[in-house]
Amino acid sequence: MAATQEEIVAGLAEIVNEIAGIPVEDVQLDKSFTDDLDVDSLSMVEVVVAAEERFDVKIPDDDVKNLKTVGDATEYILKHQA
Amino acid sequence: MSSTNRTVVVTGIGATTPLGGDAASTWEGLVAGRSGVKPLEQEWAADQAVRIAAPVAVEPTETIPRPQARRLDRSAQFALVAAKEAWADAGFEGRAGEDPNVAPERLGTVIASGIGGVTTLLDQYDVLKEKGVRRVSPHTVPMLMPNGPSANVGLLVGARAGVHTPVSACASGAEAIGYAIEMIRSGRADVVVAGGTEAAIHPLPIAAFGNMMAMSKNNDDPQGASRPYDVGRDGFVLGEGAGVIVLESAEHAAARGARVYAEAVGQGISADGHDIVQPEPEGRGISHALQNLMDANDLDPAEIVHVNAHATSTPAGDIAELKALRKVFGDDVDHMAVSATKSMTGHLLGGAGGVESVATVLALYHRVAPPTINIDTLDPEAEANADVVRDEARKLPVEGRIAALNDSFGFGGHNVVLAFRSV
Repeated sequence: MAATQEEIVAGLAEIVNEIAGIPVEDVQLDKSFTDDLDVDSLSMVEVVVAAEERFDVKIPDDDVKNLKTVGDATEYILKHQA
Repeated sequence: MSSTNRTVVVTGIGATTPLGGDAASTWEGLVAGRSGVKPLEQEWAADQAVRIAAPVAVEPTETIPRPQARRLDRSAQFALVAAKEAWADAGFEGRAGEDPNVAPERLGTVIASGIGGVTTLLDQYDVLKEKGVRRVSPHTVPMLMPNGPSANVGLLVGARAGVHTPVSACASGAEAIGYAIEMIRSGRADVVVAGGTEAAIHPLPIAAFGNMMAMSKNNDDPQGASRPYDVGRDGFVLGEGAGVIVLESAEHAAARGARVYAEAVGQGISADGHDIVQPEPEGRGISHALQNLMDANDLDPAEIVHVNAHATSTPAGDIAELKALRKVFGDDVDHMAVSATKSMTGHLLGGAGGVESVATVLALYHRVAPPTINIDTLDPEAEANADVVRDEARKLPVEGRIAALNDSFGFGGHNVVLAFRSV
């Protein structure tokens, strides 16, 4: 069963917490991965791979550059999840 | 700024070793004659011929936050722990520039390891095989590159005069410190954070060193396994950790009122040109390095009272070094208290020169030579060639200027000798 928006944000929050050490409650839809959440370009690759596994979705490298905020990623996963 | 032959001093020290998580606890362990060697209890160790090692006493993740630690190879974690301690010990606060006492353009780092990020390389290869291409960490390359520890320490302190990593197997840490001394002497930098680190307690290096017959297989007596100069020595025990010192021009240290532990007098370097791994049995290459040290520096054999020997507990290497000391210094060897601290720390490979430079500097500062433990029967060839400090620490002369040497040699025939002097 596909994940809801709320479940995706909660899942991304856990991933970002694991990788960048940011508290889960700080991971909100409007937050930028690089500017707000301490996720640099290499760590973004880790976030993407972890999200692919968790939500059973493929995020091609070309699409990663468009995922600036948690909201961008959530919307992408909602649209593309299996 | 004069650009040549400036005096260089040590103003900060840091370490994380099998004896303790900092320089003070390491020194306390060395003076007490404590062994850091333990049985390897990991599942993979059961199949190994060698089932002992000297792991760090304090895991680096106790002080490095998890998000930072997961993107650092273990060798870089050790280097950061030791460098942070040394940097603060030298009296600097924040990065260069934030601390007005040192400019980024006048600050360098030279941190070396013998093998580099070997556990990262091997662990990520396991990930590739077991989980596939996509799961290989994007941090793998900056983690495994041998210059990673130096680069990470450079970022920590804000070094822009140069960030370097000389590699010469088990002489790497000493070569790093020698390189740092030259950076300051030549005027390229005023302050350099230098040392060695190694993290190679992993089944592959242990199997490989074990198959070379280089390591002790005294699995039944871990604390007695590293026994330099004892007739029963059968190879080294692998240790891990890092030792880092802050080197500084004497003028720069004086201008900011820094505490000075010792003078870093200089280095002597040579290559055996003999065999890829076997030491030259008469110590000719080592003699050459010692002679280069004496020729190139203002150092008198009469003032040398202590030698922190390379002595890894191998049958051939331990004696070759002592023969070289006797050959170069003659009767002056009789007033040099020779200590093999690897009897306690194990052999930290590229980390050894860093940790043993910390030990040598502290020996001068406290005027105490640490013991060589586990000598039940002193090898007659050791007895004939040197005054080995056995069993218990020994006081060094309390009066006057005293100097000490730190020897490091590596596979490939690399010989590096460093000299320090009391202030």
